[in-house]
Amino acid sequence: MEKLKYALFTGCTAKQSTPEQMMSTMAVAEKLNIELVELTEASCCGASHLQDYDDFLSLVLNARNIAYAEKHGLTMVTICNTCQLNTAMTKHRLDKDAELKAKVNEKLAEVGLEYKGTSDITHFLYAIIDDIGLDKIKEMVVTPLSQFNIAPFYGCHNIRPSELQNETHKTPESAYRPTSLDDLIIACGGQNVDYEEKNKCCGFHVELQAPKTAAILTGNAIAGAMDGNADWMVTPCPLCHLKLDTQTHHASKAIGREVELPVLHMQQMVGLALGCSPEELGLQHHLAEVDFV
Amino acid sequence: MSTEHKITTQKVNFKVFRFNADEDYLPYYENYEMEVTSEEVVLDILNRIKWDHDGSFSYRRSCRHGICGACAIKVNGRSTLACKESMNDMIDLFGEELTLEPLSIKRAVKDMIIDKGDFWEKHDSIHPYLISDVEEHPEHEHLVTPEEADTLNDADLCIQCGACHYACPVVEINEDFFGPAAFAKAYRFESDVRDDAHTSRLEELHEEKQGLWDCVKCYECAEVCPKDVNPIDKITKLHQMLFKEGVAKSNVATRHAVGFKHSIAKRGVLDEGGLVLYSEGPSIVKHIPVAIKMFKKGKIVMPWDIPTSDNLDEIKKLVESSSTAKF
Repeated sequence: MEKLKYALFTGCTAKQSTPEQMMSTMAVAEKLNIELVELTEASCCGASHLQDYDDFLSLVLNARNIAYAEKHGLTMVTICNTCQLNTAMTKHRLDKDAELKAKVNEKLAEVGLEYKGTSDITHFLYAIIDDIGLDKIKEMVVTPLSQFNIAPFYGCHNIRPSELQNETHKTPESAYRPTSLDDLIIACGGQNVDYEEKNKCCGFHVELQAPKTAAILTGNAIAGAMDGNADWMVTPCPLCHLKLDTQTHHASKAIGREVELPVLHMQQMVGLALGCSPEELGLQHHLAEVDFV
Repeated sequence: MSTEHKITTQKVNFKVFRFNADEDYLPYYENYEMEVTSEEVVLDILNRIKWDHDGSFSYRRSCRHGICGACAIKVNGRSTLACKESMNDMIDLFGEELTLEPLSIKRAVKDMIIDKGDFWEKHDSIHPYLISDVEEHPEHEHLVTPEEADTLNDADLCIQCGACHYACPVVEINEDFFGPAAFAKAYRFESDVRDDAHTSRLEELHEEKQGLWDCVKCYECAEVCPKDVNPIDKITKLHQMLFKEGVAKSNVATRHAVGFKHSIAKRGVLDEGGLVLYSEGPSIVKHIPVAIKMFKKGKIVMPWDIPTSDNLDEIKKLVESSSTAKF
C-alpha cells in the first residue's frame, strides 16, 4: 500500500487532557502506514468560543493554521470534531468570499503567510475511511473485536451542519442516520449498537456556564448506550470523550441514575483491532476503567 | 440528456402518534400501510390518513407552500415542515418504516397538534417588532441600503414553524431557555438599522435566565430549519454584538469566550487549566475533585509544562493586529 501523508492538526486537548488520543493516533498511523507531519506552528482553533467574541481574529488564526498545511502541500487532518468544524468552516467561508479572503490575507502577509485554499481539511475518521477504505482496514484486523457491543458516539461537529461536513469528505454522512463510525466498528469486527443518542450532543460546550444542561446531555448519552447493551462507547471527538469519560459523577447525579461505560477514542478502537498494545494506545489514561483488555 | 421524470410508487409503513388529551390517558401508535408516490410530500400523507383512514386524525395545515409554518412535525425524530419535505427524501434517509410524531410529544394536544404556547411566549419576550420613534411627517423615507438589508435577510425568512425550537436539546431540558427561533428573531431586529431598541433589547437578552450563552453549539437548529435561517449563526452574532456594543457583562460564559484570546496570545496552544481559572475565577474550586482524578490518570499538564506553538511571535502579532473586539 502506498504511504499516505497528511498534515496533522493535533488540537489542544491531545497535548493536555487527552494524551491517549495523541498516543493512539500515532500508533494507528504507523499500523496503517500513514505519515503524519505535525503542524507544530498551529494555534488553538478557538473551539467555537473565540468565535463568539471575535469572529475576524478566529478566521485569521485558523487561516494561518491552514496556511501551514498548504506550505507542506498536504491535506490537513484533524483529530477533534470541533477543530474540524472551525477549520473547515474557515476554509468554506474564505473560499467563497474573495473579499473576506483578501482581508484575512492582508493580515497573514504581516507574518509572511498566505491562505490560498489549496489544502483539503478532513477528520482522521474520514481520512482513513476515504483514503484507506473499510475493506482494507478489515483485512488488516488481527484482533477482531467480535465479543463486544460497541456504541458509536459521533459528536455534533463531525456531522452538523451536514452541508459543510459533506464538503470535507468523500463518504457521504447523514446528520440523522450517520454510518461512518458504525461501519468502522463493523470493520474492526465489533457489533455496532444502535441507540437514539448516538448523533446527539454531549453538552461539552456549556460545561462551565450551564453545568446542569451539560451533565444531563452526557448522562442521557451514556444511559442510551447502556440501554442498548453496549460494552463500551467509541467517539472520534476528544471533547465528547472528556465529557463521557471524566464527568460521569455529575452526569449520574443529574439524571438520577448511575451511568458509566468505558469510552474509547476512535483511534484506540482501531488500534486494538490492528494489534496495538493497550499501553501504546494510552488506555491507562482513562477515568472509566478500560477493564476488558 | 433525457429529462423525463418518472413517477414511482412504493409501499411504506407509517407508525403514527395518536393522542387525544381530552380522552386518552396515554398516547399510542397506529400503523398505516400506504403506497407512496415519489411526487408526494409528508403533508400529502397526513391528508391521506385523515381522508382515507380516520377522519378524526388531527394536524395543523394551511398554506401548503412553506410560508405559514403550521405543519411542522417530526419524522423519525427529525423536525420537518410537512408541506415542503419530499417523501422520497424521507424514504432515502430513513427507509420504509417511518414514524410520524408531533414536534413535542410532551406538549401533544391531539395527534400532531401541540400546545406551542412556550414557543410563542419566548418569541414575544424578545419584542419581535421594530421599536422606533417614527416621525409623523418625515421629510423622506427611512432608507436602508442593500448591504444593511443583507445582514438580516436570512433571519427574516423565519416562518415560526418551531422546527428548530423543538429540535433543540436545551429547550428539551431547560424550560427557561429561549431557544434558537426566539434568538434568531431577536437578531433579526437587533441587526435592523431602523430599530432603536438596540442595546436595551440586547441587555434583556443577556439576562442569565433565558440562556443566550447556554446554546450547546450542536447545530441541530441549522440542520432542521426549512428556510435556512441558520439560528446558531444568529446566536453567535448576538454574542459578538454584546461585546461590540459594550453591553457584555462579566460572567463565566463571556470570560470563557474572551479567555481563548488571552490563552492563544500567550502560547498559541490553549492552556486548558488556565482557561478554566480565567472563566470561573474562585469558583474553580468546584472542579477540583474531577481535576484530582484526571491528574492521577496523567490528564493534567502542569502550568510550566503546557506546550507552546512554534513561531509564537507570528501568533502574538496577529492577535495584536487582527483583534476586532474588546472586553
